Amino acid sequence: MEQARRSLLRWLLGGGFSASIISFLYPAFRFMSPPEVPEASINEVSAGKVQDLKQNQGRIVKFGNLPVLLVHTSAGEWRAFSAVCTHLNCTVQFRESSSQIWCACHNGLYNLNGQVVSGPPPRPLDEYAVHIRGDEVVVSRRA
Amino acid sequence: MKRALAVLVFTTSVSAADTCVECHSVLDGNLQAPAKAFSNDVHSRFGLSCADCHGGDRTASDPEQSMSRAKGFVGKIPRTAIPERCGHCHSDAAFMQKHKPRQRVDQLAQYRTSVHGKRLAAGDTAVATCIDCHSVHDIRETRDPLSPVHPLRLPETCARCHADAGHMAKYKLPTDQFAGYRKSVHWEALAQRGDLSAPSCASCHGNHGAQPPDVASVAAVCGTCHVMMEDLYKGSPHAPVFASMGAAGCVVCHGNHEIKRPGIGMLAGPNAVCSQCHDSDSAGGKAAAEMARQIGSLDKAIQKSDQVLAVAQQSGMEVSEALLRQREAKEALVKAAVAVHAFQPAAVQKPVQEGLAITTETFRAGVSALNERRFRRIGLGVSLTAILITMLGLWLAIRAIDGRKHDRETA
Amino acid sequence: MTETPQTLAWFEERLGLASMRKFLAHKTVPVHAGTMWYYFGGITLFLFVIQVLTGTLLLLYYRPSPGEAYESVQFIMTRVQFGWLVRSVHSWSANLMILSAFIHMFSVVFLRAFRRPRELTWLSGIALLGLALGFGFSGYLLPWNTVSYFATKVGTDMAAAVPGVGHYIARFLRGGNDVGGATLTRFFGFHVAVLPGLTTLLLLAHLALVQKHGISAPRWAEEEYERKRMPLPQMPFFPNFFLRELMAWYAALGVLGSLAALFPWELGIKADPFAPAPAGIRPEWYFLAPFYTLKLIPSHVWVFEGELVGLLGFGLLALWWVALPFWAVDRKGIERTRWVTGAGVLLIAYLTTFSALGYWR
Repeated sequence: MEQARRSLLRWLLGGGFSASIISFLYPAFRFMSPPEVPEASINEVSAGKVQDLKQNQGRIVKFGNLPVLLVHTSAGEWRAFSAVCTHLNCTVQFRESSSQIWCACHNGLYNLNGQVVSGPPPRPLDEYAVHIRGDEVVVSRRA
Repeated sequence: MKRALAVLVFTTSVSAADTCVECHSVLDGNLQAPAKAFSNDVHSRFGLSCADCHGGDRTASDPEQSMSRAKGFVGKIPRTAIPERCGHCHSDAAFMQKHKPRQRVDQLAQYRTSVHGKRLAAGDTAVATCIDCHSVHDIRETRDPLSPVHPLRLPETCARCHADAGHMAKYKLPTDQFAGYRKSVHWEALAQRGDLSAPSCASCHGNHGAQPPDVASVAAVCGTCHVMMEDLYKGSPHAPVFASMGAAGCVVCHGNHEIKRPGIGMLAGPNAVCSQCHDSDSAGGKAAAEMARQIGSLDKAIQKSDQVLAVAQQSGMEVSEALLRQREAKEALVKAAVAVHAFQPAAVQKPVQEGLAITTETFRAGVSALNERRFRRIGLGVSLTAILITMLGLWLAIRAIDGRKHDRETA
Repeated sequence: MTETPQTLAWFEERLGLASMRKFLAHKTVPVHAGTMWYYFGGITLFLFVIQVLTGTLLLLYYRPSPGEAYESVQFIMTRVQFGWLVRSVHSWSANLMILSAFIHMFSVVFLRAFRRPRELTWLSGIALLGLALGFGFSGYLLPWNTVSYFATKVGTDMAAAVPGVGHYIARFLRGGNDVGGATLTRFFGFHVAVLPGLTTLLLLAHLALVQKHGISAPRWAEEEYERKRMPLPQMPFFPNFFLRELMAWYAALGVLGSLAALFPWELGIKADPFAPAPAGIRPEWYFLAPFYTLKLIPSHVWVFEGELVGLLGFGLLALWWVALPFWAVDRKGIERTRWVTGAGVLLIAYLTTFSALGYWR
């Protein structure tokens, strides 16, 4: 009777203890192995090749989860701005005919410095930094 | 900076003698009120005083002198003469340039073209003049929130007359505009969200040259902000039809003052505006029903994703990326609603398909978040079971060991 | 279970484990009505070990700069396998550890375990509580979300209100004049290096003192058994009390796992130093009582600034509480029993009431 009780005890303790230890160590080891996408934050994004965007053209690029408007000005400069309109959050676009940034929702207009020219937007667009690496256009956050 | 200094010097040197305000502030009632209010008036900052409008001599302390007809004193200015009196300075470009060079000087000219101006010229003193909107003796700048013509206060200023049935009876004009406007999305944007760019009376009717827009130009007026709608409407079948009917464009479906938030209910259902002209089996009626169905399907898909993501988020799952994607789906819905103004189902279909692609993605993300939640709870169950078994084992071991000791002690 | 395995014998010869074994075999724990309170020191220690382990794991992915901190925590919560578990356990265990430390401290007060010769144990324990609060304060900023940014601002503002040296203290804490990237780096350094180092030293001292003096029994228990002419029953620490402690630790693990799985710690919104402070900003719950007290104090008390009066009050209260073992006994060596009990009850009442008020107001 004692023997039976003792071996039940051993089973419970040993079994439970090992099972619980495994249930702690398993997640820890999985945690330590690097996930599929090893990098965390989005600090810069490749926005295509230089040849893809002619002068006086603009394109929307995904930066993390938010849209960014990349503009190649007629003077040959590269600029990038947050494409989220500061009025009611619609996505803005580049208007070639007037070389301005326009929001279709309520006719807000920004110039190529991101500043509001006319319409309802209350604040300018946040600017992003653009670097050319070889023939690749790279958009990153401003420092 | 220099201008401010000049005004300061000018003000202190001139306002040194202002017997009008000095005397009238110690009188009673109606004679005292203007003097007390004047310190809030923008004109006082520029060193102007009562005499600049009412005439007289502000340096003389003897009432015979300060209020003498010889010195130009006119007393209370008759209503029909008010616009000219204000315009004496405000239409003088050279004069205004000395104080506020950027201020417009065409208000009087515009006023004369307005309904108010024309009726006043014909002798009707019940219409609005400068002081009825801008107040008098305590005139503030438009950007001052206490000014009656500040964007937030303008509608109630217009409503003082235009919502008064007794006052408007002889003009045979409706008086429900203000009440309707207060129920509109524009008022909601202005008053509740504080968006001062939202339209109020003057945005569509003009301010000094106030007139209701022509029937033919309503779409252009709305199109000042709602550009895409105007473009699509102008190219749609409705534009020439409404023009020939003399119907006022956007107002036909959306109303003019009580503009509510639009929805599928305008296309289909008991309160639909389309069915007011189109029979349900006509081409127009079928187009309306199809557009309603399309938009409805995207709206439902968005709501389905929203629900599953909300449940996932509530139980602590990380779904911020999917929620941001939902933003794009909602944008697609907005684009679809805009496309309605082409009145062709094909135009609406494109943004709806884009939106549905996004909602499929976000719904999947929500479902996988819920699956992950289930996995976590099962995992928790497994480890809790292991923990409870261990605790049971420990408890039994404790009892055994305590018992043994007890046996040893009592033995 | 009685044979000594060969490996154990190998270590015994080289490490001299025999003396430790003997000590452990003789260590006992008094058995009386208040014995359950003895578990809380061990629970606090256990939770601290959990913090070290989960914290080390988090270190593999966390990045202490304003541009990356929030994103790295988001990465841990969403992309790293079981990241949600490690991070949520770390956050929950931090709160439970501080709660357990407070319970441990109050149980020491009510069981009078601070009595001579255990005054140094009390002092080192209070210092450890301070370090735990420091861990909480520095760790709270690390996820760099709105709540943590503004709570740090409020907290360092309070430090700045200390007369004379307040400005320097605040600058030292913030790494500059405002809460920013410099603060984050500095707090990270405190949280993973400075505080753990200090805590380890103090913890070793605290534990060594506990071993040296043994577990104290309250006077009423001693007197009760004296009257019965019986020795105060003792339980062997190993294995009896230890097995019970193990049960308590397993229970704590179960609670932690459930909290982490059912109420995972939130990410919040990334901190934006230029955005206005959201309404209702408040610090973590363990700072709520002084925070709410300061809110209640009028801006001026007689000629002095209200905040100053508040901080002075806290300082005096802290000093008085730390000096407990010294004023708990009068010059004749008689215990001021009622004073001590009263002080303990009042402090608990103050802390719970004002924390609750601070939370719901």
